[in-house]
Amino acid sequence: MSCEQCHEREAVIHLTQIVNEQVTTLHLCEQCAAEKGVESPGSLPKTPLGTFLAAMEQTPAPRAAETCSRCGGSLQDFRETGRLGCPDCYRSFEVNLRDLLRRLHGSTHHMGERYTEGGTAPPRERHQAAELREQLRLAVETENFELAAELRDRLRVLE
Amino acid sequence: MIDLSLLTDGGVGWLDASGPSSHLVLSTRIRLARNLAGRVFQGRNSESEREDILNTVESAARDTVLLRRAIKFRLDHLDRTDRQLLHERHLVSKELAGLDADGRVRSGATVLVQDRLGVMLNEEDHLRLQGLHSGFALDAAYAEVDRLDAELGQRLAFAFHSEFGYLTSCPTNVGTGLRASVLIHLPGLVLTKEISKVLQGLAQVGLTFRGLYGEGSEVVGNFFQLSNQTTLGSSEYELLDHLGKMVRQVMDYEEQARQVLLRDAPAIIEDKVWRAYGLLRYARALSFEEAMNLLSGVRLGVGVSLIPDVGMYTLNKLLVYTQPAHLAVAEGIAPNDPELPVRRAQFVRRVLESEVGRRG
Repeated sequence: MSCEQCHEREAVIHLTQIVNEQVTTLHLCEQCAAEKGVESPGSLPKTPLGTFLAAMEQTPAPRAAETCSRCGGSLQDFRETGRLGCPDCYRSFEVNLRDLLRRLHGSTHHMGERYTEGGTAPPRERHQAAELREQLRLAVETENFELAAELRDRLRVLE
Repeated sequence: MIDLSLLTDGGVGWLDASGPSSHLVLSTRIRLARNLAGRVFQGRNSESEREDILNTVESAARDTVLLRRAIKFRLDHLDRTDRQLLHERHLVSKELAGLDADGRVRSGATVLVQDRLGVMLNEEDHLRLQGLHSGFALDAAYAEVDRLDAELGQRLAFAFHSEFGYLTSCPTNVGTGLRASVLIHLPGLVLTKEISKVLQGLAQVGLTFRGLYGEGSEVVGNFFQLSNQTTLGSSEYELLDHLGKMVRQVMDYEEQARQVLLRDAPAIIEDKVWRAYGLLRYARALSFEEAMNLLSGVRLGVGVSLIPDVGMYTLNKLLVYTQPAHLAVAEGIAPNDPELPVRRAQFVRRVLESEVGRRG
C-alpha cells in the first residue's frame, strides 16, 4: 500500500482517528507521518536529547550563517557531538536551543542561584525577590504565561 | 606511583559509614558544572588553552580556604593503573581518567582534592566542582560545594546567561549545572523484582539512575546511583528537595521489600546471605563482579540483622579495596594479572578474619 499523502513511498504507519464519531484510517509513510507529528514507536529515540537531535536531522541543513560568530561551531557540529562550542553558542543558536531546553528540562528559565562576577551578590534570601521579579519579566516577555503565573504567586508569598 | 596517603583521609572518607542511613546509602555526591566566561568549551579548545585553564583555576583555588591545601593529580601525567585508582575512588570521572573505549587522556586533565571536596579540570566542562559525603547527606554535601562555588566564583569569571543560567558544554547540564547523586544499595527490590517498577517510576518524576561508577557504568552489586535528570527550571534547593523526597521513598520501598522477603521466604534469604558470607570467607578465587555480588548479599544480611558482627565499614572497605586497580597496587601486580582473583580472595579472607567480631 502506498502512502496516502505522497503516493510515493510505502505506507508503514496506519493511523486510526475518530472525528465526530467517524472512524477514519490514514495510511502514511514514515516521513509524511513525521511531518504530521506522528511518531512511530520504533523510531522513538530513548532520551530527550536523542529525540531533539533526531528531529534536527530531519530539518533542512543549516544555512551558512548558522555558525557561532565566536567559536565557528555550527548546528551540524552540535548534532554530531551533542556538545556546544562555547558560551556564545547559546546566543547564536538561541531559537533552536530554547526548543531543546524546553524538551530536556521542561523550562528555559534558570531559577537557581544567580551569578555576579566578583561574587558580591547579597545573601540568597534578600536576593530572591529581585530574582523572581526579573524571571517574571522574562516570562511575560517570552509569553510563557504559565510560568509567569507561578512566579507571581511565589513573589506574593515572599513579599 | 601516586601517593594517596597525601590525602588526609586517603580520599575515602565517604566510605566510613558514619553518615545518615548508611546501612542503605553508601555516599552522596554533588557536582556543579562551571565554565570560564569568554573561552571556548573543552571540545573545541587547544592544548595550550587547557593548560591556561588549569593554571588560572589552580591559582584561584590556592587562594580559597576550601582548596588551599588541595592535592593535585594531573591525569595526563599518570599511568593507567593510577588513573584507574582515582576513578575507583570516585575522585575522577571515567572520561577524565581516560578509561573510555579510546583510552586516551586529554592533556590538562587534572583533579584538585581537599578533604571531601574536589574540582575536576578540563573535563566535559572547564570545571566540575564536587563533594562526596558518607551516607545520605544531600544538604550537607551541597552546602559545602556551594561554599566552594562562591569562593571560586569570586576569583574567576564564570559563563552565565541571565535566562539560561550557568552555561555548560552540553545543554543537559545548563542552568544550575547541578547533579546530585545518591549511591544506594537495593538488594531487596532486586530480589522481589520490584526494581524495574521503581526505576520506571523515578524516570517519570525526572530522576535517573546509573551504575556504581556514574555515567555509562553498569549496575554491580545492586548499587544504584539515583540522580536528578534536569538542571534547569528549578532552583538548587528544589532539585535537592525533590531528589531527597524520592530517595526517602525508595528507601521505604527497600525496607518494605526486605520485610516481605523475611516474612515470605525467611529460609531462602537466610541461606542466601550466609552462603554469600561463606563464599567470601572461604573462596580461593574471586572475580570483582562475584565479590561485589557476594558483598551485596552480606550487606543485606547485616542490614536485616541476620549476620551479626560484620561492620558496614568493613564491607565498604572491601568494596573499595577489592576493585582491580586498588588490589593490583596493594599486591604490586598489574590490574590485568591473571593472579588477581586469587589475591582478591586472599585479601577478603584476611580482612574478614581480622575484623569480624569487631563492629565498624
